Amino acid sequence: MKLLFEKSQAGRRASVIPRPDVPPAEIPEELRRDEPPRLPEMTEFEVIRHFTELSTRNFGVDTGFYPLGSCTMKYNPRINERLVTLPGFAQVHPLQEEDGAQGALELEWRLQEILEEVTGLDAVSLQPAAGSQGELTGLMLVRAYFADRGESEQRRKVVIPDTAHGTNPASVTMAGFELTHVQTDPRGNIDVEDLRAKVDEQTAALMLTNPSTLGLFDENIEEIEGIFHGAGALMYYDGANLNAVCGISRPGDMGFDIVHINLHKTFSQPHGGGGPGGGPIAVRAMLEPFLPTPTVVRRDDGTFGLDHDRPKSIGKVRGFTGPFGVFVRSYAYMRMYGPRLREMSEAAVLNANYVLARLKGAYDLPFDRLCMHEFVLSARSLKRDHGATATDVAKRLMDYGFHPPTIYFPLIVPEALMIEPTETETKETLDAFCDAMLAIAREAAEDVSVLEGAPHHRPVRRLDEVRAAKHPVVKYEFEAAKTAQEV
Amino acid sequence: MSHPFLALTESDKEEMLRTIGVSSIDELFRDLPARVRLGRELDLEPPLSEQELSAHMAELASRNVDTTRELSFLGAGIYDHYVPAVVDTVLQRGEFLTAYTPYQPEMSQGVLQSIFEYQTAICELTGMDVSNASGYDGTTVTADACYIAKHATGRTKIVVTEATSPQVRQVVKTYAPGFGLDVVEVPHRGGTTDVDSLAAASKDAAAVIFQQPNFFGCLEPAPDLAAVANEAEALSIAHVDPLSLGVLEAPGRYGCAIALGEGQAAGNVMAYGGPHYGFLAARQDFIRRMPGRIVGETVDIEGKRGYVLTLQTREQHIRREKATSNITTNQTLLALGGLVYLSWLGPQGLREVGEACLSLAEHAKRRLQERGFELVFDKPTFKEFAVRVGRNAREVVRDARARGVHPGYALGRDYEGMDDVLLVAVTEKRTAAEIDRLADVLAEVAR
Repeated sequence: MKLLFEKSQAGRRASVIPRPDVPPAEIPEELRRDEPPRLPEMTEFEVIRHFTELSTRNFGVDTGFYPLGSCTMKYNPRINERLVTLPGFAQVHPLQEEDGAQGALELEWRLQEILEEVTGLDAVSLQPAAGSQGELTGLMLVRAYFADRGESEQRRKVVIPDTAHGTNPASVTMAGFELTHVQTDPRGNIDVEDLRAKVDEQTAALMLTNPSTLGLFDENIEEIEGIFHGAGALMYYDGANLNAVCGISRPGDMGFDIVHINLHKTFSQPHGGGGPGGGPIAVRAMLEPFLPTPTVVRRDDGTFGLDHDRPKSIGKVRGFTGPFGVFVRSYAYMRMYGPRLREMSEAAVLNANYVLARLKGAYDLPFDRLCMHEFVLSARSLKRDHGATATDVAKRLMDYGFHPPTIYFPLIVPEALMIEPTETETKETLDAFCDAMLAIAREAAEDVSVLEGAPHHRPVRRLDEVRAAKHPVVKYEFEAAKTAQEV
Repeated sequence: MSHPFLALTESDKEEMLRTIGVSSIDELFRDLPARVRLGRELDLEPPLSEQELSAHMAELASRNVDTTRELSFLGAGIYDHYVPAVVDTVLQRGEFLTAYTPYQPEMSQGVLQSIFEYQTAICELTGMDVSNASGYDGTTVTADACYIAKHATGRTKIVVTEATSPQVRQVVKTYAPGFGLDVVEVPHRGGTTDVDSLAAASKDAAAVIFQQPNFFGCLEPAPDLAAVANEAEALSIAHVDPLSLGVLEAPGRYGCAIALGEGQAAGNVMAYGGPHYGFLAARQDFIRRMPGRIVGETVDIEGKRGYVLTLQTREQHIRREKATSNITTNQTLLALGGLVYLSWLGPQGLREVGEACLSLAEHAKRRLQERGFELVFDKPTFKEFAVRVGRNAREVVRDARARGVHPGYALGRDYEGMDDVLLVAVTEKRTAAEIDRLADVLAEVAR
């Protein structure tokens, strides 16, 4: 399919900009742009046709089942898309005076209250723009907390299990801490003995996803809490997997001091092809003074406002109060569930266990336990016996009309297939997916070339990622294209 | 009891539990120690139906004063530009809206090609060689650029002009300690940055950051500032307004290493501060230090052109603690909005929007001066300018709003000695008649 820039024809345009009824003004010559950017020149209809055609070459939750592990690809209610277009939400300037933004501030305050109840913690900042920024913000809070206690020189280490998302170690480095890795035991929990040997008075915090990226709830969570709090360290909860435990178990009750919540996962902000997200953090009261500024507060007279006067705050991590449109959608979503969020998590866990039960005979299951909202299979035997890799299985699933699961993660499972069905799918869809996965396992045994050649029915066949990285072409090369045409 | 977002019937549940081999849903949670279970219902208000929710949300929205109800000259980083209907139409396509990061390129050619086109458009706007797929906003991409500068130069000092957005500076300062960086701010002189003061501060700097047009709306001597940075072998980083780049020279043409900024003005509604997108583009030298997703062109096994996420060894899921950034989820949908908007504008439209902002803002300056208001700085501007209103600007804002006009941002909120200064933004959406109304109201409430 042609690029916008290849469709462009000089002289066409979609926009009409009203000419203001005032004298024209000019930019001083030395700062003026003479050569215009080569943006596409096309009619409005061509713009619509182009992006509509692109959309048909893309697959979303609306298109079909999308069991991308760790990403919680659930239904995104359409009412939320209508609500964010209300002028009272969409057309409000973030620096509007407080008395002109009472509805927005109340919404943010109410969202904070809900997140405090769901996480079992005392205070929330909505500011971080996504989960990874929530992590980084949380680690900044850890540093500020220990600096305030005069322990920042001493407490330099952050402990991370080998199953962690890549964002965890990346955030640790960006926050200026040092990493300590801890292993996973044969049941898929943190190896408590390994942990005990690595936690001491130099440890600042643990970062843990629970349930873990293996989809398993850590059975030793109470012991882990004892180890960290006993050493005077803090506990950080990566909320990527919160969809498993809403209303069932709260990170605060598990002993965690800081939690980030991925609003685009558990609370249904649409993923948008890669974003936006929302990564609020919830903390215990002792960490509240360090939260980013401003915080959203309810004043004594019942009005809502922004508190900028926070001397111990780490500062700002993003503009304004955060991605407000994300808050509108997630708040709306949570109001449509209320206490029934528990049923949401129960259904997510039931769906995952059902798919697991149907597939575990055909694929390897590295940790044979009940799972939470997701689970990790391995294509290790398929690879050994038939030469079919996790990638082959993933690509073949496309031919059956399903988005593949997350593959090759977590890193400790070879040929990993990480499957998260979410609560919004019907049993019929789950059965169709299981049937496809079982059929693919049979195909691998009968004729592995069917898998190796997959996908057969997508707009493109398997793409050469090595070539893309070796000879990076990261924008349209106008000159090269022109030269090629002339030749 | 059914719920609109939950699909399983009672008989589904029974059958599924049987297949799993457990007797109840509770049993699925047997790995959870009793002490960490909630053991009660969440203390939240009862569920709302869609209809009830709509009414509740409409009530909340009604207690915000939006730009359809109040004539607004408020800017300071977020602007009331026109967003055409094509943007909404494209962003509401479920295939874009409800997809995630294109890890599986054969399922995601639509998003991948559109990001490749976005990267091309950003490079064209800024005159740079490589753009990432977006960052969170204009503040965080600036912090990202500091991380690039630290690793590219091995130095630890970040120089930023005081005429750069206060929020951008605050975010850079929040990130800096973790990066092991110190931040030095260079004061403005008469509304723009003094080249000699900047040169003095830039010795041994990793990066020199300035904003064009700057926070006061003034046009910096940007080519000279970039030259100062380059002379000091620091990365020259321009924080730019995308909608100015039809009339203002592109940072790549005056030697900047990195151009970045807040994308909101180009294709996103204000939405009380987000979600928007931050753009970040650089010279070719920095391609392997870029943060976040980058899409590259390749071919499939039949030789057909296609697009993939590329140079992933920079990223957290491969490189982990040695990654160029921790960013994962970005702002793809908002960046797509930016691309659709720029396609709608075209080069001519971009230039005309810039000219309209420029001319209307000049007109507003004249009108206010005719009413006896004094401009704070005697420097050329683009779409925003600072004006003295004779008394506390926050009170002037309050009194003008009581008359239906939001006259701008009170600069005293961020800058000492500017308590009587308003920062007035004039976009292409404003008209000559609306500017007259601003002048009338300000004349009434000031002094």
